[in-house]
Amino acid sequence: MSAARGETWRDWLLSDTPGSRAQAAWGRRWRLWCGFRSNTLAMGGLIVVAVLIALSLAAPWLATHDPGAQALAERLQPPSAAHWLGTDELGRDVFSRLLYGGRITLGMVVAVVLMVAPVGLAIGCVAGYAGGLADRLLMRTTDIFLAFPRLILALAFVAAIRPGVTSAIFAIALTAWPPYARLARAETMTIRGTDFIAATRLTGASMGRIVLRHVAPLCLPSLVVRVTLDMSSIILTAASLGFLGMGAQPPSPEWGAMIATARRFILTEWWVPTIPGVAIFVASLAFNLLGDGLRDVLDPKQR
Amino acid sequence: MNRRFRTLAGTLASVPITLFGLVLVTFLIGRVMPIDPVIAIVGDRAPQDVVEQTRIELGLDRPLPVQFAIYLAKLLHGDLGRSVMTSHAVTSDIARFFPATLELATVAMLIAVAVGVPLGVLAAVKQGSRIDHAIRVVCLAGHSVPIFLLALLALLIFYAALGIAPGPGRQDVIFEDTVPAVTNLLTVDAVLAGDWDAFRDAVAHLLQPAGVLAWFSMAYIARMTRAFMLDALSGEFIITARAKGLSSLRVIWRHAFGNIAVRLVTVLALTYAGLLEGAVVTETVFSWPGLGQYLTVSLLNADMNAVLGATLVVGLSYLGLNLFADILYRLMDPRVR
Repeated sequence: MSAARGETWRDWLLSDTPGSRAQAAWGRRWRLWCGFRSNTLAMGGLIVVAVLIALSLAAPWLATHDPGAQALAERLQPPSAAHWLGTDELGRDVFSRLLYGGRITLGMVVAVVLMVAPVGLAIGCVAGYAGGLADRLLMRTTDIFLAFPRLILALAFVAAIRPGVTSAIFAIALTAWPPYARLARAETMTIRGTDFIAATRLTGASMGRIVLRHVAPLCLPSLVVRVTLDMSSIILTAASLGFLGMGAQPPSPEWGAMIATARRFILTEWWVPTIPGVAIFVASLAFNLLGDGLRDVLDPKQR
Repeated sequence: MNRRFRTLAGTLASVPITLFGLVLVTFLIGRVMPIDPVIAIVGDRAPQDVVEQTRIELGLDRPLPVQFAIYLAKLLHGDLGRSVMTSHAVTSDIARFFPATLELATVAMLIAVAVGVPLGVLAAVKQGSRIDHAIRVVCLAGHSVPIFLLALLALLIFYAALGIAPGPGRQDVIFEDTVPAVTNLLTVDAVLAGDWDAFRDAVAHLLQPAGVLAWFSMAYIARMTRAFMLDALSGEFIITARAKGLSSLRVIWRHAFGNIAVRLVTVLALTYAGLLEGAVVTETVFSWPGLGQYLTVSLLNADMNAVLGATLVVGLSYLGLNLFADILYRLMDPRVR
């Protein structure tokens, strides 16, 4: 590689005459990263998200107590050296529960996104590229699901199956895909008419190949922005479901469920329900800041 | 002009399809539930012939498409079934609870507009300044805060610590049933009856939950106002207006703001729809006897008729508001043609 000629890796990345496709691609990524890095708020968001992920992954090693261990003699204690964030109504350590709760919340977010983003992308690309009857059918279906407020459809759906984390994930996924389909469709419609797609078609590429190899990758940047911004609303919906008793169920240290069981202490031991609430707020704000910064970099026309 | 009405007709034509889908989805959700609705009504110790009898009475022995047709026919007559919990018709339950939610959401909307719009305009005018950044952070924080945390903290601070707000609920016990119910909107009823003490009490109870509910929408409204205003302020007509020597207040509010008003109204309609969703959580915390609380209580009791009825009503309001925004936009904005 050119780095052998005494250049630094930075010169290699910023070269105006990239020698290979990989060099051009990495150069572009590096420039985007430089743009992103200059946004203090977005960097703050990224760091908080990274810390949250690390804390959740390392929960078994960082937790000072067993998150399920009850000690009724030590219930509702304020933060202290033994219990960093105090104890809840059954004497369980709030700090340890918070760490394990992060696993549930982030796990739910990842599960929903993994389900929703590919489905939305596929539906949107196919509808936008194929047009005609397929487009009309798919978009009608999308409209129907958009006609429900998110939380309410999720609540009805969870109530019909059975309250719990798994059904909450499915319920949120059910309500979360339509905006992605809309977005991918709009992007596809603008890409469909371009010359390079016409050229690809002339070379005999099938529709599947065009959509998968050429259209979908170009929809990705705006989709990534949307996903990141959406993560905060997934966190809030998941927590609201937990709070209303329809998401994760009580012994589980899910943040929303923790607030639900501790909310009657708000006027006396106010920190018990407030601490998980602050955790939800921080996680959600971090994803919002990150998404906002990503939008500035990846999707400048949206500013 | 002709073309504009044709697209409008297209929008209106799609409404029945969406409506049908809405009903179909609620119907299907009600049928996938693992709890047998018959057992839920007669109990699991009922003799077999009673179970069969009830099943036939409920029409559950028929094939699914027939059941859906019956459900649709009943719906068209305004019959959403009977709530197991209150043993009233779901329609009359909803008619009783909906005004409370309407009142809450409307006051929340007023607060959100009164704060959000000026904030957005200010941020746009001072683009890139510290004020702009501060408003941006406030907006993002508004988007990120779980509404139940805000509600609990409001109770803690304004009710418990400072003692300046009344507790949960819609009115004090002493005012209960003192004002004749006309519209079921307590503030309006109190004014109609000329009972100013009851009016003050109703407003005092409203302010706290409405303020909490308004927070999220305020953030969204401010953000959209800022984006629209930036767009409008960069227009050439603004430069002309400034060059003519108009005062900057007049340029900002009459020329720029006047231009975005239509787009802003459509945003407000969508926000209002979103408030219905926030109301579910807010009402639970403040024991506000509205549709949201009705929905959550029914959920916890697996009262499916009530849940689906409430879901459908919220879905319909949502659809109606979206449609309203769409039509307004098409009719009022000359650029959409």
